[in-house]
Amino acid sequence: MTKFSRCNPWSLGVGLICLVLIAPIVLIFASLALPQYEVWQHLAETVLADYVTNSLLLAFGVGVLVVLIGGPLAWAVARYEFVGRSHIQWLALLPLAMPAYIIAYCYTGLLDFAGPVQSALRASFGWKYGEYYFPEIRSLSGAVLMLSLVLYPYVYMLAKTAFSELPSSMEETAKSLGCSTSQFIFKLVLPIARPAILMGAALAMMEAFADYGTVQYFGISTFTTGVFRTWFGLGNGIAAAQLAAMLTTFVMLLLILEFYSRRKIKYYSQGQKRGPRPRTQLRGARGILVAGLCLLPIILGFMIPVGQLLYWSIHTYSAQLDAAFVSLVWNSFYLAAITALVVVSLAVLFAYAKRLNTSRGIHAVINTVSLGYALPGTVIAIGAMLILTQLDIYLNDLTEAWFNFTPGLVLSGTLFALVLVYSIRFLAVAMHNLDTGMARVKPSLDEAAKSFGVSAWHIIRTIHIPLLKTSIFSACLLVFVDVLKELPATLILRPFNFNTLAVRTFELASDERLMEAAIPALAIVLVGIVPVVFLSRMTDKQNSR
Amino acid sequence: MKNLLTSVCLTLSLVSPLALAEQVNLYSARKEALIKPLLDKFTQQTGISVNLVTGKADNLITRLKSEGRFSPADLLLTTDVGRLYRAKQQGLTQVISSSDKADAIPVNFRDTEGHWLGLSLRARPIMIANNRKVDGDVASLEDLATDTWKGRVCIRSSSNIYNQSMVAAMLSQVGEEQTQNWANRFVKNFARPPQGGDRDQIKAVAAGQCDVAIANTYYLAGMLSSEDETQIAQAKAVKVIWPNQADRGSHVNISGVALAKNAPNKAAARKLIDFLLTEESQAWYANTNHEYPVLPNVEWSPLLQSFGQFKAESVVLSQLGELNPLSVRVMDKAGWK
Repeated sequence: MTKFSRCNPWSLGVGLICLVLIAPIVLIFASLALPQYEVWQHLAETVLADYVTNSLLLAFGVGVLVVLIGGPLAWAVARYEFVGRSHIQWLALLPLAMPAYIIAYCYTGLLDFAGPVQSALRASFGWKYGEYYFPEIRSLSGAVLMLSLVLYPYVYMLAKTAFSELPSSMEETAKSLGCSTSQFIFKLVLPIARPAILMGAALAMMEAFADYGTVQYFGISTFTTGVFRTWFGLGNGIAAAQLAAMLTTFVMLLLILEFYSRRKIKYYSQGQKRGPRPRTQLRGARGILVAGLCLLPIILGFMIPVGQLLYWSIHTYSAQLDAAFVSLVWNSFYLAAITALVVVSLAVLFAYAKRLNTSRGIHAVINTVSLGYALPGTVIAIGAMLILTQLDIYLNDLTEAWFNFTPGLVLSGTLFALVLVYSIRFLAVAMHNLDTGMARVKPSLDEAAKSFGVSAWHIIRTIHIPLLKTSIFSACLLVFVDVLKELPATLILRPFNFNTLAVRTFELASDERLMEAAIPALAIVLVGIVPVVFLSRMTDKQNSR
Repeated sequence: MKNLLTSVCLTLSLVSPLALAEQVNLYSARKEALIKPLLDKFTQQTGISVNLVTGKADNLITRLKSEGRFSPADLLLTTDVGRLYRAKQQGLTQVISSSDKADAIPVNFRDTEGHWLGLSLRARPIMIANNRKVDGDVASLEDLATDTWKGRVCIRSSSNIYNQSMVAAMLSQVGEEQTQNWANRFVKNFARPPQGGDRDQIKAVAAGQCDVAIANTYYLAGMLSSEDETQIAQAKAVKVIWPNQADRGSHVNISGVALAKNAPNKAAARKLIDFLLTEESQAWYANTNHEYPVLPNVEWSPLLQSFGQFKAESVVLSQLGELNPLSVRVMDKAGWK
């Protein structure tokens, strides 16, 4: 009885929502109950080793590289004043708007053996095939580079907030105790910023695990390509689900690792009484050098691919910009906006549930939900489709028996299905942002408020939400942009006559009509920039307050 | 929150199917750009509106299957025969009653029980460098597995259905042992690990990375009729060689249509099938996407004619679907990435 009474109705509600969201993941793991010895033997003899090593190398390569790009960039922008800093700090977010498979298409077009760069080299030096070395873009390291160039903003965003919130008192104290700058950075700053940096890296790695478009185009065998090959090529859906379960297990391990590395430190911001330290001025050559280095990832991750897209679209834009195109833009935009609202509301709810509820069960369930981010969109989409269509069939059977009326596929055949799948897939992004935000809100504030008898809802509204505003908005932005770029689930679950920019881009690109694909790809990037700029304006205002 | 609810409700009501006017619901693996103009013409002529969802064939089949008897889909359009076979195997299709037009399709390009039929043909020949002297002769797929072509062959990944179908066709004609031997040696001749799409293979031949490639003809035709000078030049640097003309013929696949088992608008769906088999529609495939018409009496576009006539394999196409899992295993074993 005591146990039951501790389950207040709203944590029950949270549990229920979680159940809906993890149903497809559970479905995937349920496949393990039906062992497929024969297919696994074939896989183990031939391709499984490739799947495992390539997926791990890809994810860890991306994890390291995004930290190496995003960390120093965030440090420079947060701590120094130099030429163009105010622009660089939001320009650095732009690669977020670039889908990984599109940047892969762009660089392949440029750097491929038959592309302009190598052709020009051959023409000017008279080289032939095999007579010179040129790094192969369509390789594992190429894929690591492509993904890192568009995923580093995750680390950059989170680390920048962490760096700029370091109180000035800390550096003064450290200096007065005789700390050198490198000691200060490695002994103090990095440990404190580690949760934020690791979270950014974990997000990027999950995205790398789930990537399908890039690795498929580059011909790299990973778990995601393996899932489809096993499912459709070998015709074994259960073994495919088992492969997906294996992939999910990797991600679970990754998350547990990240969680434990974070758990050792409980650091809470002391508020911003004295505000962050003013930024150090870098003048002359040093300032220009730093600005140049900061621009590098922006040029590589955004300007060059956009330039390539623009070049391609010169030939094709007139045929594509019609009324149908406007509806594509509109569909993409409102779908992403609705989803961002839904997902972030859920994330706020969950973050709060975790904070107020010390029961391990709730924590475990909520953490399971965030696994969705690492699963290929297709896998979640099909899992959700199997469940929703079954519900639809029950529903129709019922209404038919009672009222002799069938409403049709109201769950699986409408945008509801899409919003649900996006929620499963992207909840992790929003939750990671809110967790980092939450970690900066002292629990003593809650306790103080509670001791005054203030209701839980009131604590959220008057204390947490104002303090979490930045995190909430950056979560909104990330989910919005992610949905905008999302492809496989949209492709599978969208209703009749409903297309998005990502679908149009994919259809043309997969038909190897890259030039025609350039216009919708550019539109994704442009629509994605709007919230990026909006967000950076907002965080700017907050930081300068 | 209220606004959100309103917008969600609005969206839901917008997309829920209206059963008033006559309509056909189409699940299409053929890309929107490569089917919509034809569908618009159909609506213009008949007043029947067409609702379209495009996607990957396997996903559409899974969707059709899980929706069961309440599925709104009338027709399933795919770009390879393997998937039509899969849909039929899973009991998702029904007999399309015969019509004069359907009966005019050569027998091996439609289902023996009439559950699906071909709408256009896609050929997958060898393409060889034309812009330089290339040593060695090639007249068959088997030739490409000899030492002459070591390190000189480009082809895309074995995850691609066109390669799976090609190997399945070989399996059905020469058997597993011979196919496995061929694949083992063929893979050793690759100039580079498989990557990119068919156009990329053609580009690699043009640039000299390899001397021969295997690709579908409509990609070559698409490059030739592109607006990009570089692509045109690259496409002109290769020429088509029809393999196995002395024996079993060159590999072809179909794009085709199946009638869904629970099709709610059967009559309208049949009208659409007949429309897709009119001479006008058949010529449209040939001119827009450079696929070969499935009806023998329809004239080829000048571009297709320039690739020359060829003898096609006479394999029963449904076998390609049946042999698809085996073909993936064969390629896995051969180390074809």
